[in-house]
Amino acid sequence: MTNPEGRFGIYGGQYVTETLMNALIELEAAYKKYKNDPQFVAELNDLYKNYAGRPSLLYYAANMTEDLGGAKIYLKREDLNHTGAHKINNVLGQCLLAKRMGKTRVIAETGAGQHGVATATVAALMGLKCEIFMGEKDMERQALNVYRMKLLGADVRCVKSGTGTLKDAVNETMREWTNRIADTHYVLGSVMGPHPFPTLVRDFQSVIGKEVRQQMMAKEGRLPDYLIACVGGGSNAIGLFYDFVKDEQVKLIGCEAAGEGVDTPRTAATIATGTVGIFHGMKSYFCQNKDGQIAPVYSISAGLDYPGIGPEHALLHDIGRAQYVPITDEEAVNAFEYLSRKEGIIPAIESAHAVAYAMKLAPTLPKDKIVVVNLSGRGDKDVAAIARYRGVDLHD
Amino acid sequence: MTDVADAFKHGKAFIPFVTAGDPDLETTKKLVEAMVAAGADLIELGIPFSDPIAEGPVIQAADVRALSNHVTLDEIFAMVKTIELPRPVPLVMMTYVNPVFVYGAEKFTKKAKECGICGLIVPDEPYEEKAELQPACRKAGLKLVSMIAPTSGGRIRMIAGEAEGFVYCVSSLGVTGVRTSFSNNLPDVVTAIKQATKIPVAVGFGVSTPEQARAIAKFADGVIVGSAIVKLVAAHGRDSVPYVSDYVKSMKDAVRSED
Ligand SMILES: Cc1ncc(COP(=O)(O)O)c(C=O)c1O
Repeated sequence: MTNPEGRFGIYGGQYVTETLMNALIELEAAYKKYKNDPQFVAELNDLYKNYAGRPSLLYYAANMTEDLGGAKIYLKREDLNHTGAHKINNVLGQCLLAKRMGKTRVIAETGAGQHGVATATVAALMGLKCEIFMGEKDMERQALNVYRMKLLGADVRCVKSGTGTLKDAVNETMREWTNRIADTHYVLGSVMGPHPFPTLVRDFQSVIGKEVRQQMMAKEGRLPDYLIACVGGGSNAIGLFYDFVKDEQVKLIGCEAAGEGVDTPRTAATIATGTVGIFHGMKSYFCQNKDGQIAPVYSISAGLDYPGIGPEHALLHDIGRAQYVPITDEEAVNAFEYLSRKEGIIPAIESAHAVAYAMKLAPTLPKDKIVVVNLSGRGDKDVAAIARYRGVDLHD
Repeated sequence: MTDVADAFKHGKAFIPFVTAGDPDLETTKKLVEAMVAAGADLIELGIPFSDPIAEGPVIQAADVRALSNHVTLDEIFAMVKTIELPRPVPLVMMTYVNPVFVYGAEKFTKKAKECGICGLIVPDEPYEEKAELQPACRKAGLKLVSMIAPTSGGRIRMIAGEAEGFVYCVSSLGVTGVRTSFSNNLPDVVTAIKQATKIPVAVGFGVSTPEQARAIAKFADGVIVGSAIVKLVAAHGRDSVPYVSDYVKSMKDAVRSED
């Protein structure tokens, strides 16, 4: 009965209300129809190149490499994409698909605001109506992105329920989709939710890893040894990993937000502290209690402040193909400052979690090893929050 | 032993919903007993969930109230066991799939059966994912109620064909909550369901007034009301029993008039 294409081992599935089932079936059919359609693919590639600015650079971080004294470090510069993060890769694909499906309105959740900004941007480009749902707490800590979305013509809807963060924004966007399906596509922002989203988002993001392979072959003539990415729902991570899953010698490392630490309740590290559950349309790992109540998670990073992880990551974890490590707020903020000073690149606080792990790993490796860190986004949006973390109030 | 089907043996059924533990389990027990005394034909007992995606603001708030008292599944089961009904009426639990899955489907369904529950309604378990809970429900002897929505279209026959107990027909797009109108195609959806199955069809989501209940009872076998009752509980808390009781009486009278 369950759709086998929507499963990653035992994970994934379509645990949604009956009201949404036909919408998911319609989306899956449209995706199957267009994903290999030459005209669709050509249009998407053209948008990647001429609108988003792809391919993004693979930058050799010489200062960082020298300073850490171990493996060579490369940064995949998704922060240089138009709108400043990897999110645009997925949004261009989904909005192009939505147009093909005859939809005139898009809705999306956002945590850090990057997915919301990308969706508002592409909606403006393609002439789609756009509503973005964002948690109250996230609107506060990512105020700059809220204004950007409004500037781009989107309605930003404040979600006050629960912890006022990403999880609650997903809840409310799903509710809104249930309310209005005929003209509306839900542009889900990560490799999560019900099938076909985890597959579709992964495919649109897999351009990251495909480029890394080519760029690495051109620069080094071989594959990298380690790929490191931060994991909220897991879209930038799977985008980097996917093309390399079959290359067993390439180690895949996902960095989860540990918040104040995995031994405290103020954490969002799903693999480190979660258990298997069914939520937001998918079976996967979730931070929850023994009665299956989803935990109010915490991270300084709004984009990683989510109690679950995409189902394909759950499988990669179970079979040992990828490793997931927790990074605390403090480690991420240190990495945020470190990369700014060492390379003149201010990373998103989300991406800083991946940088932090590279800072721990590289010195333990010989100099002939190669590490690629996915710089999933740029940090302009985080400057005020990091200043606050350091006790500086930029507003007064 | 009471069965879900019994609810429809005395003419058109009125099916009220309350959230377990709102404002506390003692009140929930009294509400269930009083609603049955007032004429309810089946009770839908909501298991509070942290993230009730099919729920509008009214029932979301009830879940928050219940969970802020840290009510647990074991406490809910224990409370259900103590319910003393004035006449045998089936009790079903409305729960999201995660609490059942995490507690353990076998353990959950066995306990539910032991304390007198005869069915489960799981809004985030569509037909395609029935295998998640169906085997455990069968083993324990619980009916797993199927839901059909205004958007179900070509899926109606497949879902209704395998449905058991009764079919829960969702009145409108969107989430639960009091509303003034229902999906235009509601009577057609009910007709299509009835062509596919002999089991009763009850309509829920958004119903609040006796007039609405009467209109729906003209073409459906039962009317389900949640948010309108939960609103009374929100307003009157521990003192809500007489208000809810009067309301249930008026709604049962309305559907009875269509027998
Ligand atoms: C820059 C950046 N990186 C990473 C993420 C986390 O999402 P994902 O795990 O899907 O890549 C976000 C989410 O908002 C983000 O803005």
